[in-house]
Amino acid sequence: MQTNRLLTLAKQALLTFTVSLILFAPISGLVLEGFSFRNELTRAVLLAALVAAGRVALSLVGMTAIGRKIAGKAASNGSGVTVMTGKEKSPALILGLIFLAGLSLPFFADKYFLGIAILALIYCLLGLGLNIVVGLAGLLDLGFVAFYAVGAYLLALGAQYLGLGFWSALIIAPFLAGLCGMVLAFPVLKMHGDYLAIVTLGFGEIIRLVLNNWLEFTGGPNGASVPPPTLFGLEFTRTAKQGGVPLHDYFGIAYSADYKFWFIYLVLFLVVCLVVYAVERLRVMPLGRMWEALREDEIACRSLGVNHVFTKLTAFMLGASTGGLAGVFFAVHQGFVNPTSFTFFESALILAIVVLGGLGSTVGVIAAALVLTILPELLRDFAEYRVLVFGVLMVVMMIWKPRGLVRVQRPAFFPSTAVKGAGTAPLSASPEAVR
Amino acid sequence: MNTPLLDVRNVTMRFGGIVANRNVSFSVERGGVTALIGPNGAGKTTMFNCITGFYRASEGQILLDGPNGPQDIGTLITKPITGGSHLVTRAGIARTFQNIRLFKEMSVVENLLVAQHLVTANNLVSGVLRTPAFRRAEREAVDRAYHWLGEMNLTDDANRLAGELPYGRQRRLEIARAMCTGPKLICLDEPAAGLNPSETRELSEVIQRLCKEHGQTVLVIEHDMGLVMRISDHVVVLDHGEVISDGTPEHVGNDPAVIAAYLGVSEEEVEK
Ligand SMILES: Nc1ncnc2c1ncn2[C@@H]1O[C@H](COP(=O)(O)OP(=O)(O)OP(=O)(O)O)[C@@H](O)[C@H]1O
Ligand SMILES: [Mg+2]
Repeated sequence: MQTNRLLTLAKQALLTFTVSLILFAPISGLVLEGFSFRNELTRAVLLAALVAAGRVALSLVGMTAIGRKIAGKAASNGSGVTVMTGKEKSPALILGLIFLAGLSLPFFADKYFLGIAILALIYCLLGLGLNIVVGLAGLLDLGFVAFYAVGAYLLALGAQYLGLGFWSALIIAPFLAGLCGMVLAFPVLKMHGDYLAIVTLGFGEIIRLVLNNWLEFTGGPNGASVPPPTLFGLEFTRTAKQGGVPLHDYFGIAYSADYKFWFIYLVLFLVVCLVVYAVERLRVMPLGRMWEALREDEIACRSLGVNHVFTKLTAFMLGASTGGLAGVFFAVHQGFVNPTSFTFFESALILAIVVLGGLGSTVGVIAAALVLTILPELLRDFAEYRVLVFGVLMVVMMIWKPRGLVRVQRPAFFPSTAVKGAGTAPLSASPEAVR
Repeated sequence: MNTPLLDVRNVTMRFGGIVANRNVSFSVERGGVTALIGPNGAGKTTMFNCITGFYRASEGQILLDGPNGPQDIGTLITKPITGGSHLVTRAGIARTFQNIRLFKEMSVVENLLVAQHLVTANNLVSGVLRTPAFRRAEREAVDRAYHWLGEMNLTDDANRLAGELPYGRQRRLEIARAMCTGPKLICLDEPAAGLNPSETRELSEVIQRLCKEHGQTVLVIEHDMGLVMRISDHVVVLDHGEVISDGTPEHVGNDPAVIAAYLGVSEEEVEK
């Protein structure tokens, strides 16, 4: 019995060691030096030994009672979707507290942290938008960054050519991005899965390449500058540049560059709250239900009279609109846009946010967006390994929680009055969807 | 009043060289159960797909009687831009599938709510703002969903995931979902497949109740001859894509052509 175990352990260790040696030898065992390379095989062997030791340690822990308990817990989260009972406590109090905390953040945070918070919220917005397309409607979109770019460039170029300001861009961006979403959606709606992914990937690249190569109009790789935001004609710069009054002059306070970020943060925070509310509402609305039904089974949807083309179109457009909004905030926050901000990596990052968070789960997407933007900042010291950590995180997540961080919960519904033939229905007084 | 609800006229359906239906004609009378039977691969499901608008019949017409006279299903599907099978459902034909197609990761009630998307206020703004009109429409939809759950004895499962239900209940849920679209004609593709005898009995009661109490017209494909003989008013037999017999259950049951092609001879008769 004992020797048997030891034997399997040794086998495991050997296998792990060999596999990791094969992996590490070319990656870290050979170091380029000018035109030749140096052998650093001991390093690779060391790394492989480390991995093998880790594997053995894991197995040993797995054999103890506690380890088994943990493994059982991690594996038992089944389908990942549950229906609410309708008896859940209303989360209003917690949501209210989070809202107040979010609003008061600028008064505590320093400029550096506020910048990260703004970025995190922008990714929240992007995640929420892509979640509509991928999580709810089940359409794999790899070119989401295109709509983000549309929003950002709308503000930059709109200011340059048409004199658009932050607020008008904020209102126009969702519509323009939605229109782009529609243009993209028309040819691709008849496609499924992989084909759709490839076409959207192409679309994302097309937008980036156009922005990069249309020098006269977009400024090409040099990008375009974005005017700072205004608030009812008040400007956040030291001296008025857009024909308004500087904020600090108007209120008679000292100038601080932070005000601009406070302002962007607060507007962004409110917009994110509105979008979260809208998305949460959508999930209990006919349109949102049709999206999810379409993800589950398109043929069944058609048999129920759902116009699948139109429904997919709305998902694409609303998702794109949200992406466009995020773009405006990104542009105004950076004060400058250029095509390198809108590469495929960005699309992949947003997709990772949605998948990590749990397809279709709003809370999950927000959590994942915060984690994936704040974590890299905390890991600044390991900047070189960011992508590695990111990859490991993805692999671990897919093994332990393939359905994402947060379980999707379906709302419960109860009839308003005693319905004929319903013998044992729980007759709740609330006719509304309980959320 | 004598026009049938559904009139299938000389329908031929080809897939390349395969002829799945050849020159099929039959009609479905209002308020009764019409059964479509035949051996495997006879083209029954293909016929259903033509009727419900999933396929465009290669030749022939399928006419659904409506307030403005008979309407050809084919023209609904081929309408430019807006056309498609969803229009057929909106015209009043609902269906279930041979392989159950539920929205498995949605709750039972949500499955039924999706089916009612046309009657609920489908307006973005009113939904996000929760206007009274929206809330009333939602309330009515939920009540209607519970009504049909009650009819199908599924009320206890209302707030469970559809995919968690036992097989027999999933079958009934699919019927409930189809009924929620408010159809004139409901097409059931092998509703008793995979059910045990007691579930089959329950199903036949459900179908009979649909007809008697709700005046629902039913078109059903079924291999369980006991069920077919018990519930149907009219039987159409397909073999190799062609109609080989058409009439009352007694007539069809004694038709030599049907016995030879599908029913076979009972054991006692063989021994004689
Ligand atoms: N999409 C298709 N493409 C090509 N051939 C098809 C297609 N659909 C059906 N067929 C063929 O048409 C014939 C009839 O099939 P159908 O599914 O209608 O049979 P059925 O009567 O429903 O049989 P069962 O009782 O097994 O359900 C079969 O020979 C099948 O191979
Ligand atoms: Mg069939």
